Order: sequence, then structure tokens, then C-alpha cells
Amino acid sequence: MKIKVNGEAKNIKDDVTVTEMLKIEEVEMPDMVSVQLNGEFVDRDEFTKTILKENDEIEVLYFMGGGSLGL
Amino acid sequence: MDFSEEQIERYSRHILLSEVGVEGQEKLLNSKVLIIGTGGLGAPAAMYLAAAGIGTIGLVDGDVVDLSNLQRQIIHQTKDVGKLKVLSGKATINELNPDVNVITYNEFATSENILNIIKDQDYDFIIDGTDNFAAKFLINDACVLAKKPFSHAGIIRFQGQLTTYIPDNNTPCYRCIFQTPPPEGMVPTCREAGVLGVMGGVVGTLQATEAIKYILGLGQTLAGYLLTYDGLKMEFKKIKINHNKKCGVCGDHPTITALIDYANPSCDLKTGKLNG
Repeated sequence: MKIKVNGEAKNIKDDVTVTEMLKIEEVEMPDMVSVQLNGEFVDRDEFTKTILKENDEIEVLYFMGGGSLGL
Repeated sequence: MDFSEEQIERYSRHILLSEVGVEGQEKLLNSKVLIIGTGGLGAPAAMYLAAAGIGTIGLVDGDVVDLSNLQRQIIHQTKDVGKLKVLSGKATINELNPDVNVITYNEFATSENILNIIKDQDYDFIIDGTDNFAAKFLINDACVLAKKPFSHAGIIRFQGQLTTYIPDNNTPCYRCIFQTPPPEGMVPTCREAGVLGVMGGVVGTLQATEAIKYILGLGQTLAGYLLTYDGLKMEFKKIKINHNKKCGVCGDHPTITALIDYANPSCDLKTGKLNG
């Protein structure tokens, strides 16, 4: 199925969850991201239960620390 | 307010802008901006806000200047190593622009002091220039509860991000995006992290731009958007973000009514060890 991740068109297999999509997209630290699905934020504990659909638009947003240590 | 000849000359490039003019410059001189953290982000933000003639600048930092700060924290100089960051910052600002009244808070922001600091001068805009998630959530919640606009930013390696919160019922706050701090143990270690010095310059200057625009009522701020910057790809992306009805602090049924001090792992750069 076709989806969009951070504005880029992707073709991935059907019925993947947000967690699986993050793995497919090779997101290094999936616990360090926030996901917006069609404009709505997905709770982090819903990542494994939320199944993506055709034409879904996903934004993967990374936690970023500050100036020095990136903590 | 009467401008001196020196002020007219100092701010002439602002006054020439029809969107700013004498009236706008007067607004800047009458405005108050609080900068929390005088590090990679706060240092350049403070320098440009001081140069712009923001009349009152508050600096919050409980740290002293370290040699390893100077790669990016341009408000401090080699001679300042070992000095309190707020005093070093104040001295640099005073030398740059004597019009600016600098208020120093030689302390780290905590749930105990942050609301008093914000209320101290009834600041118009707040800049989050901190380097850890505990402080970022604290500043967010304090600004939401105190109904103060602020700029969030973060930088790491070759990347940066920022957004602006405006206190109305539609603007997403930092917690709308990232509901809670990342789980402990997921925090990258010091050796993995690192940051290209100029990232703070780019992103901190964008934070200063947001403050100035907000004060002058110019253009569109990043309210409702997360701007991300990739310094390696040289790519900016403006991502639409929506208010999160389930947000713990500004959602429909907020659960956070008092400020929280999250555990904040400190970091020993020499050993690369994290100390809880």
C-alpha cells in the first residue's frame, strides 16, 4: 500500500503497525520519536496497536535535546 | 519615548524597515525577553536580541563557563572560563548594547523557582535554550500554566528543531508533540551525541527571530509548526502540527496542574558516563 512518511511517498506491505513502520523506515531509536498520523498524534503506547491504512500520512518527529550534551 | 541621536544611528537599519520603524524599535526597547540557558542556543539568541535593542533580557543559568562551551556558546569568551555564565553573558551584552537592562538568575530552572522567575519582570516572551528534556518539559508546562509565549528548540549533532507556543487554545505545546520525556536509558550517551557548534547559531538565531516577530506582531510565527533543520542535507522542513486533545497540560482534560521535576541525568564528559 502507498503511504507518505515525512512527505515522502512510500510503498509498503499492507496492515503494518506504527511500530513495524518505524522498523521498516530504519528509525534508529523508536522510543525517541513522536508520530503524527493524518494530523493526529499517536500515543506512544498505541504504536504497537495502530495499524496503518492506504494513503495514510505520517510524520515522524524526533526528540532533540539542547545545546551541549544532547541529553 | 525620545530616541537619542546615538540610538537613531544604532537602530537605523531597523528603523529603515517600514514594518519596524521608530514605533517598532520603541516596542523592542520596551519589551522583556527571558532566556533560560545561556548555552549553544541561548548564547546566540541573547546576542541578537541584545543587538536588536530588547530593553530587558533575563538570563537564567546556574552553571559556570567551561572551556568546552566555547566551541558554540559565543556569548562567553576564553577569559570567562570559570566565571558564572549569567555574569559572563551580562558583561558581553552590556558591552554590545548599553541600552539593555540585563537581569541575572544564577540558578537552574526548577519547579520551585520557574514561575517566580517568569513573573519577576512579567516577561513578554521566553526562550528555551536548555540542553535537557527535564528542563524542556518544565519550561513548557510553566509557560502553558502562566499563559506565556515561548520558543522551544533542540539541537543534536547536525540537526535542530524549533516551534513557537502562543497561549491560545489552538496552538500545540511541546507536550502536545512529545507527551512525556523519553524513557530513561534511551537518552543517548555523551559520546554518541556531540553537536556541530554552528547548529546553535542557526537555531538560536531563529528563536530570536520568533521573539522579535512576536513582539512586533510581524509575519507568521512557528505556532502550529515544527521547523526541522538538517545541516548535512542543508534542508529545512516545516511540519504542520496540531493541538493534541489528549495533551497532559493543555488538552481537554489536563492532568498536569502543578510543575514536575523529572529526573535529569547529568553527564561527565571526560568519562562519558551518565550520572542519574
